[in-house]
Amino acid sequence: MPLLWLFILILALGLLGFILGRTRALKDAHGDIRLLHSLPNYYGSNVLLAVLIPGLAVLLLWLILQPMLIQGQVSSMIPNTAYTDKGSLNLVMSDVRRVAEGLDIAVEQGSLTREQARDIRTELTDIRARLGAVGVALGSNVESYVLKAAQKYRTMNAVGNWMMTVAVLGAALAGFAVSMLRTNKDMRARNSVEKVILGLLIGAASIAILTTLGIVLSLIFNTIEFFKLYPALDFFFGTTWSPSFGGGSELGILPLFWGTLYVSIIALLVAVPIGLFAAIYLSEYAGPKVRAIAKPLLEVLAGIPTIVYGLFALLTVGPMLMTVFGSDGGLGWMQGGRSVMTAGLVMGVMLIPFVSSLSDDIINAVPQAMRDGSLGLGATKSETVRQVVLPAALPGIVGAILLAASRAIGETMIVVLGAGAAAKLNLNPFEAMTTVTTRIVSQLTGDADFASAEALVAFALGMTLFVITLCLNIFALVIVRKYREQYD
Amino acid sequence: MSDFTADNGPAKGDAKSSLFHETTRTKRRNAAEARFKAYGIAAIATGLFFLVALLVAILGNGLPAFKQTFVTIPVELTEAKLDKNGNRNPEDLAKVSTFGYKPVVTDALVAALKAESIEIPFAKEKDVEDILSASVAAQVRDTVLANPELIGETVDFRLLASSRVDGYFKGRVTREALARDKNLDAEHLDIADAMVAAGLMKTTFNADFIFGADASESRPEQAGIGVSMVGSLFMMIVVLALALPIGVAASIYLEEFAPQNKWTDLIEVNISNLAAVPSIVFGILGLAVFIQIAHLPQSAPLVGGLVLTLMTLPTIIISTRASLKAVPPSIRDAALGVGASKMQSVFHHVLPLAMPGILTGTIIGLAQALGETAPLLLIGMVGFIASNMPDGIASGFIDPNSAMPAQIYEWAKRADPAYYERAWGGIIILLVFLMTMNIIAVLLRRRFERRW
Repeated sequence: MPLLWLFILILALGLLGFILGRTRALKDAHGDIRLLHSLPNYYGSNVLLAVLIPGLAVLLLWLILQPMLIQGQVSSMIPNTAYTDKGSLNLVMSDVRRVAEGLDIAVEQGSLTREQARDIRTELTDIRARLGAVGVALGSNVESYVLKAAQKYRTMNAVGNWMMTVAVLGAALAGFAVSMLRTNKDMRARNSVEKVILGLLIGAASIAILTTLGIVLSLIFNTIEFFKLYPALDFFFGTTWSPSFGGGSELGILPLFWGTLYVSIIALLVAVPIGLFAAIYLSEYAGPKVRAIAKPLLEVLAGIPTIVYGLFALLTVGPMLMTVFGSDGGLGWMQGGRSVMTAGLVMGVMLIPFVSSLSDDIINAVPQAMRDGSLGLGATKSETVRQVVLPAALPGIVGAILLAASRAIGETMIVVLGAGAAAKLNLNPFEAMTTVTTRIVSQLTGDADFASAEALVAFALGMTLFVITLCLNIFALVIVRKYREQYD
Repeated sequence: MSDFTADNGPAKGDAKSSLFHETTRTKRRNAAEARFKAYGIAAIATGLFFLVALLVAILGNGLPAFKQTFVTIPVELTEAKLDKNGNRNPEDLAKVSTFGYKPVVTDALVAALKAESIEIPFAKEKDVEDILSASVAAQVRDTVLANPELIGETVDFRLLASSRVDGYFKGRVTREALARDKNLDAEHLDIADAMVAAGLMKTTFNADFIFGADASESRPEQAGIGVSMVGSLFMMIVVLALALPIGVAASIYLEEFAPQNKWTDLIEVNISNLAAVPSIVFGILGLAVFIQIAHLPQSAPLVGGLVLTLMTLPTIIISTRASLKAVPPSIRDAALGVGASKMQSVFHHVLPLAMPGILTGTIIGLAQALGETAPLLLIGMVGFIASNMPDGIASGFIDPNSAMPAQIYEWAKRADPAYYERAWGGIIILLVFLMTMNIIAVLLRRRFERRW
C-alpha cells in the first residue's frame, strides 16, 4: 500500500522535524530556555506543521485531481459509437477501471508480466478468461477499445502515482527546510503555531456551512436535472403518482404531500394535547419527586430510535387497529395494518416528549411574579395557568408545535413501515397512504443510476422536504427567540 | 377574566357565601380545577402507558429470538458418499456439494428416529427432513471439510431445526396454520413433540443470533445480527474519530475566539438549522456527494460513518458549547494573568475542565447515530445480505456491510413472520447498546460534573 507508506513517511519526517527544530532552537539559545521567545516545544511543532501541512495538502489535492484528469484523458479514447449518453459512458468507464484492476491483480499474482499486461491484445488473447483465472469476473467479453483504454489508464495511473510521491515529498521537504532555516531563538514560534491552530478551528467551524452548502447544492443540481426531464408544473400540481421505470410515469407530488400532511396532523393531534398537559402538570402541579421520575421517563420515549417505532407501528399497532376497525370482525373501515392512522398514532407517541420538554422549558420561563399576581387576585391554579401562564407562553408553545410538525414531516422510518405505499388523495384515515419521505426511500434505495426521471424525482422531493422543514424551523426559532427576549 | 365581571360574580350581600359554605360557583371552579389537574395526570399516564406498551411489545416479541430449537443427532459420515476415492484429498472433498450431504443428514435423522422408535407417518421417509433447517447440509459439509479425518465416523451434530418447528415451540406456529403451509405438515410437529420427549430436540439459548451472520430470506432460523453489529461498530469508529475532534474544535472557535460578525452568525444559524434537518436529507447528501461525486463504495460503513458524522456534529457542537460556557471566566482570567496566551488558557485549562460535559454530549450523540436508519437506506446499507464478517480493518471500513438498525429494517421487510421475531430481538440488542451508552453518559455526568 504505497499511499499508506507515503503517509507514514510524511508523519515520520514531521516527527524528525519536531525533534530537530526543538534542538536547533535550544542550541541557538545555548541551552538557556529563558533566552527563547517561546517554549521549546513550539519550535518543534512549528517545523512539524511546516512539514505536514504542505505535504498533506499536496497529497489531498493530487488524490482529488488525478482521477479527474485521467478520467478525462481516457474517456476521450472511447469511440463515440460505444455510448449514447453520459450514463452509458460511465458504464464503459467502470468496465475500463475493472479491466485495469484485473490487469494489476494479474501482474501482482505473476500470471502476466508487466510487458504482457502492457502489450496484450484482444485479438490474440481471451482477456476475460485470463482475468477470470485470477479472480476478476467480467460481465462480458472485453472490447479492444476498452482494453486499450485500460492499458492507458494503467500507465497514466502509474506515472501519476510516481509523480505524486515526488511532489508530496518535495513539498514536505521544502517546508522542512524553510522552517528549519528560520528557526532561531528569537523566532516567534508560538504565535505562528497558534495561528495555524486557529485556522484549523475556523476550518472545523466552517464544516457546518459546508454541510448546508453540500445539501443545498446536491439537491438543487439534481432537481434541475429532474425538471429538465419532467415539467415542474406537472410535478407540483399533478394529482397522480405512478412511477414506472419503463417510462410514462406520472410524478405528481400532491398525493404524497397530502399523505405527509395527514399523518403529521394525526401525529400532532396525539402529541400536542398529551405533551402540553404533561408539561403543564410537570411544571405547575407536580412535586419535585414526581417530576424527577416522570420527566426522565417521558424523555426515554425521545431516545428510542425511530426504527423501533416503525416496527411497533407495523407489527403491534397496525394489527391492533385491524381488530377494531378491520374488515373481519371489526368496523370494516380498514383494509390492511398499514394506514395513516397507524403511522400517525405512533408518530404522535414519538413526539410527546418533544412537545412536552420544549413546552416545559417555555412554561418555566414565564416569570413567577405573573403567577403570584394572578393567584393573589384569587384565581385558582388552573385559572392562572389558562388565563395567565399559557397566554404568556403561547408564542413559545406555537414555536414548539411548529418544531414538532417539522419533525413529523421529515420523519421517515415510521411512515416507511407503517403508512403503506399507495399514493392516494383520500380522506379516510384508515386507508394506506404514502408520504414524501417514503417515496424518497423507495425511489433511491439500491439505485446508482441517476439518469432517469424516476430516480431524480427523489431529489426534487428532498428539495421540497428540505425547504418546508427549513421554513418551519426558522419560523419556529424566530418565534421562540422573540418570545424569550420579552422576559429575560 | 370574564368570570369576575359576569353577573353571577362574587355574590353581593349573599350571607351564605363564606369560606365555610361553598357557593355553586366556587364548587364549579374547584371542580374545574380538579378536572384540569386530572387532565395533566392523565396525559402523563398516557405517555407512560405508551412507554410500557412499547417495552412490553419489544420484550414479549423479541426475547424468543434469543432461543432456538436445535436437533442433536448422531450423523454417520459415510466414506462411500462423501469421499469416493478414499484419499481425503481436500479438492475431491470440496467437489461433493451440499446436495451430496443432504441425504447423509436425512438418513441420520431417519435412523435416529427409528432408534427412538418414533413412527414416521409419511409415504416417503425422506419427507421428515423438513423438520431440519435447509442450512444443515452446509453445516455438516463445512465441518467435514475442516476436519476430513471425521469421515467414516459417526459424529454428534447439533443441527438447527426449521423455523416453523422452532416457531411451534415458541407458540408462533399452530397446527391449524400449517394446514395452509407447504413447508411443513402437522405430522412433522407430532414427530417434533416425540423428539423433544426423547431428548433429541431442545430449545436453548442461541448465541448465533447475537454473533452470527444474516441468512437468506428462506432461512430465518439461521439469521443473526453479529455482522451488522460489526458494521455499526466501524461506523461508530468513523463518527467518533471525525465528529469529536471537529465538533470540539468548532465549539472552541465559536465559544472562545469567534468575533461577533456576520460569518459567526452564519455559522451559528447553520448549526441550529442542521440540528433540525430531517435525517433523510443527510442521506440524500451522502448519496449525492460521497457516492455520486466522490465515488466511494456503496453500502460501506465508511460512507455511513461520514453521513452520520455530519448528522451528529450539531448535537456535539451544541453540548460542547454548553459545557465550555459552564467553565467560569475566572479560570480563563487566572490563566491569562500568569502569562498564558489565549490559546494556552483554552487548551490547558478550559478544555480539560469541560471534558466530562463534552464526553457526555459525545456519547449521547453517538447513541443517536447508532439508532439512525433513514440515511443508511439511501446509501445502500439495506437490500443485501450481510453474510460475511469483514476480513480486516480496511475491509471493515470499505466492504459492503449492514448496520444494526438497517438490518432490523431489512428483517421487518421480509415476508416470513419468523423474521419479525428476529427484528424484535435485534431491537433488544440495539436498545441494550443505547441504554449502556446513556447510562455511561449519566454516570460520567454524576461523577465528574462540577458546579462552580
